[in-house]
Amino acid sequence: MSSPQDNILAENFHAAFSAHQDANAVGDLKSLSWLSAHRQSAFDQFQKEGFPTRHHENWKYTDVSRITKTGFITANPTHNAIQTDELDKLKFNTENCHELVFINGQFSAEHSDIGSLDDQVVIGSLRDALKNTPELIEKRFNQFAKKNHSRENHVFAALNTAFFHDGAFIYVPDNVVIEEPIVIYYISSHNEVMLTTAPRNLIIMGKNAQASVIESFHGLKGVVSFTNTITEIETEDGAVLEHYKVQQENTDSFHIGGTHLKLHRNSRVESHSISLGGAIVRNDIVTDLAGEGAEIILNGLYMGNGRQHVDNHTLVNHSKPHTRSDEYYRGVLDGRARGVFNGKVIVHKDAQKTDASQSNANLLLSDHAEIDTKPELEIYADDVKCSHGATVGQLDKNMLFYLRSRGLDADTAKSLLTFAFADEVIRRIKFAPIREQLEFNVGGRLPGSDLIKANLSSARQN
Amino acid sequence: MTSQSENIEVTTVEETTVENAQVETLVNAEYEHGFVTDIESDTIAPGLNEDVIRMISAKKDEPEWLLQWRLDAYRHWLTMDTPEWAHVHHEEIDYQAISYYSAPKSKGDGPKSLDEVDPKLLETYEKLGIPLQEQMMLAGVAVDAVFDSVSVATTFKDKLADAGVIFGSFSEAVKEHPELVRKYLGTVVPTGDNFFAALNSAVFTDGSFCFIPKGVRCPMELSTYFRINAANTGQFERTLIIAEEGSHVSYLEGCTAPMRDENQLHAAVVELIALDDAQIKYSTVQNWYPGDENGVGGIYNFVTKRGDCRGVNSKISWTQVETGSAITWKYPSCILRGDNSVGEFYSVAVTNNYQQADTGTKMIHIGKNTRSTIISKGISARFGQNTYRGMVRIAKTAENARNYTQCDSLLMGDKCGAHTFPYIEVKNSTAIVEHEATTSKIGEDQLFYCKQRGISEEDAVNMIVNGFCKEVFKELPMEFAVEAQKLLGITLEGAVG
Repeated sequence: MSSPQDNILAENFHAAFSAHQDANAVGDLKSLSWLSAHRQSAFDQFQKEGFPTRHHENWKYTDVSRITKTGFITANPTHNAIQTDELDKLKFNTENCHELVFINGQFSAEHSDIGSLDDQVVIGSLRDALKNTPELIEKRFNQFAKKNHSRENHVFAALNTAFFHDGAFIYVPDNVVIEEPIVIYYISSHNEVMLTTAPRNLIIMGKNAQASVIESFHGLKGVVSFTNTITEIETEDGAVLEHYKVQQENTDSFHIGGTHLKLHRNSRVESHSISLGGAIVRNDIVTDLAGEGAEIILNGLYMGNGRQHVDNHTLVNHSKPHTRSDEYYRGVLDGRARGVFNGKVIVHKDAQKTDASQSNANLLLSDHAEIDTKPELEIYADDVKCSHGATVGQLDKNMLFYLRSRGLDADTAKSLLTFAFADEVIRRIKFAPIREQLEFNVGGRLPGSDLIKANLSSARQN
Repeated sequence: MTSQSENIEVTTVEETTVENAQVETLVNAEYEHGFVTDIESDTIAPGLNEDVIRMISAKKDEPEWLLQWRLDAYRHWLTMDTPEWAHVHHEEIDYQAISYYSAPKSKGDGPKSLDEVDPKLLETYEKLGIPLQEQMMLAGVAVDAVFDSVSVATTFKDKLADAGVIFGSFSEAVKEHPELVRKYLGTVVPTGDNFFAALNSAVFTDGSFCFIPKGVRCPMELSTYFRINAANTGQFERTLIIAEEGSHVSYLEGCTAPMRDENQLHAAVVELIALDDAQIKYSTVQNWYPGDENGVGGIYNFVTKRGDCRGVNSKISWTQVETGSAITWKYPSCILRGDNSVGEFYSVAVTNNYQQADTGTKMIHIGKNTRSTIISKGISARFGQNTYRGMVRIAKTAENARNYTQCDSLLMGDKCGAHTFPYIEVKNSTAIVEHEATTSKIGEDQLFYCKQRGISEEDAVNMIVNGFCKEVFKELPMEFAVEAQKLLGITLEGAVG
C-alpha cells in the first residue's frame, strides 16, 4: 500500500470500517464482543497486507487491480428491491425446497420461503441467528482465520469478515436429515452504482446429519456488481453434505468466493462448483479433513468466453489418517478468456493411508484463450496413494469428422463435443433440477446450439 | 559393500521390520568419496566486492569486455534478493564469508601432459575410481578435469582438434577463441537472470567450453569431473556448449566432493546452444557431499542450467542423477525456439537423511511443432525432502506443440516428503499438454512377491528401486549408467548397485 491511490483507498476503507463498526455497535449486535474482535483483527490484517499483486504466488495469474479500482461501495439495507417476476426467472425449477433470497447481500424475508422445519433446525439469516442463537455460532465462526496462512485466509476473506452484513445460517442438529434441498439465491439487482456485497454463510452439520445446500449467484440484466463471499462449513462425525455453488453473474461483474470446510470423523462432503459468469472470478475451496475416515469430493466446471477470467484454487489438507479426497475439475476456454486452476493436496505427517486423486482437464477452443494450471502435491507421510493429472487439449478431429459426416454443421458438431466435455462434470450433480438447468445453460452458451437445446428441453419435458 | 550386507544380516536377525532394516542401511552407508587432498591452494581472502572481481579477472588475464561483463553482473546482483520460493530451508548464506578464488598451485607454467600433473591430484582421481590414464586408454573419453577452479589436465585434445571440435577450459577459450565466447556467453542465461546466475556471472573462475562446428559429429563422449576441494571455497563454474548446424555432441558431467562439515556453496551456470539440426545430450551424475546423517555439512548446489534450441529441428536432452548435496536447487531447462525442436528432461533425484532437493525443468515452447518430454523420478528416505518443480509454457506462436510430463515419487520411511509443483501455461489452442504424477511407497505386495520367490529383502528393494529409475537410467550413456547405479547405491539405499 504505497502509491497515493492506494493510500486514498486505505483511508476510504478505514472510514468505512469505523462507520460499519459503529453501526453494528449501536445496532442489534452490540453485545457480541467476539464478533467485533474478529472484525477488528480481520481489518488489521487487511491494513497490514493490502491487496495482493501478481508477485504473490497465490495470485500469480490473477490480477485484481480492476477489482480494487471499483471503489467498494458497500451495499446497505436500503438495497433490497427486486421484481418478483424477475426473481422467478432466475430460480431453479424446484418444488419443495427451503429457499433463502438475498438481494444485494440483504436478506429478503419477503421473497424467501423457508418452509416448515423440525425443532432445533435453523435455516435463515445469519444476522437473525446472531441475535437469537449466538452460542451456536461463536465457536464455529471464522475458524480458518486462526491458521494465519495467507493462502487460506487471504485479504478478500479478511475483508468479508470485516464488512459482512448478512448471509445464510444453517444448523442441522445431530441425526436430523433434511430431505428437501436448501437453495440460497444471491441476486445483484442494483444498477445505479457498482455495489460490493459480502455474503457470509455458516453451515453446521451435527453428527450424522444430512442436507443439500445450493448457493446460486445471479445478476439481473445489465447489473454490474462485486461479490466477495465466504462460506464456512463444519460437519460433525458421520454427517453428509452436498454443497453446490453456481455462479452465473453478468460477464462484467467481479466475484471472489471462499469456501472453508472442516470435516470431522467419517463425514462426507460433495462439493460442486460451477462458474459460468463474471469478468474476474476467483474461487477458493479450502478443506481440512480433520477426522479419520473423512471424505471430500470436489467437482468443478469453469467456462470462459469473451474476456472472462476464471481462477479456481482448491486446497485439501489431509490432516488425519484414512482420509480420502477426489477432485475433478474441467475448464472450457474460448474467445480471449483465461482460466486458472490451482489444486493443492497436502498430506500431513502421520496422515497414513491417505487416498488422494486429482484431475484437471482443459479444452482450449481459441488461440487467444489461455489456461494456466498447477496441480500440486505436498506429501509428508509414506503409506499413501496420491496422484494427479492435468491435460490441455482440443476437440478430437476424428470425432468432429464423424459428426460432420453425419450431416451436422461445423458449429453444432463443435458445440456438441464441447457440451459433452463439460457435461462430464455436470452429470455428476445428483440434484436433477440443477443438473438439468445447468445443462440447458451450458448448452445454450455454445454457438449453433439450437439442436442441443431442443434435445435438452424435450428431455426435460419427458 | 560388504559392510552393508553385514548390517542387513544383523538387523534381520533382530527381526526389525523391512522398512527399518532398509533405513538402517541407508544411515550406515557412509559417504564413500569423503577425503581431503592436501594441496597448496592459491586462495584469496574471503569476501566479495568489485576489487575481488577485478582480482579474479586479472589473475585469469581476461580481456576488458569480460571484466566489464562481470562487473555489470555484480552490480545487478547487488540489487537482487535471495530467492525464497524454493521448497528448501537453510540458514542464510553469508556471501562475504566465502573465498571466491582458489587455484591449485602447480610447478612451472602448467602441465603439458599428465606426467606433469601433481601426483597428489592424480591420486585423488584414482580414489574416485576415475584414473585419467585408464580412461584415456580404455574409455576413449576426453576429460577436462576441473579441480577446484582451474583445469589441470585435458586429454584427447588432438583427436578432437582433428575433428574441429574445441573442447577445453573456459579460461583457455577466453584466450584462444574470444570471439566465440563473446558471441555466445550469457545469451542463454543472461547475467541478471536470477540471483545465483548473477553471482556466478560476477565471480565465475573457470569451467568448460565446447564448440562443435557445422556438420561434425563429435568423435567421443565429452566429460568433465568437478570436485570441490579447498575448504570454504565456493565453486562457480561456467559451462558453455555450442553445437553448430547439423552437429552432434554428448557431454557428461560427474561430481564428487570430499567430506566436510561446513556448508559449501556451489552456483554453476551451464549454457547450451543448438543451431539448426544440431543435437546436444547433457548427462549429469551429481554426488557431492550431502552432509552427515544429522544434516550437518554438505554442499549447497544452486545451479542454473539452460539449453537454447535456437535452430530448426534441433534437440537438447538433459539427463541427471542427483544423489548428493545437502540442498539442490536446479532446473535444467529448454527454450524450444526453433521450429520442430525437441527438449527432453530425464531425472532421478534422491534425498536421504536431511537432504533437500528442489529440482525440475522448464520447457518453453516458442517454435512450431515443438515437442518436449519430462520424466522425473524422486526418491525420499528418512528426513529427505524431494520436490519436483517444473514449468511447461506453450507460447501463442507454438502451433502443434506437444508435451508429456510424468513425475513419480517413491517414499521410504514416514518422516520424508515428496512434493510436486508443476506449472502449465498454455496460450495456443493446438497444443496438447499432459501431466501425470503419482506418489507411492515400495509396495508390500511387490516385496512379498519377491521374497516369496527366494529373493532377499535387500535384493528385492534393489530391484524395485532400479525398476523405478529405469526409464531415466536407460537415457544415460553406457559409461555413466554404471556409475549412476553405483552412486545411487552409495547415497541412498545401500540396496541398489
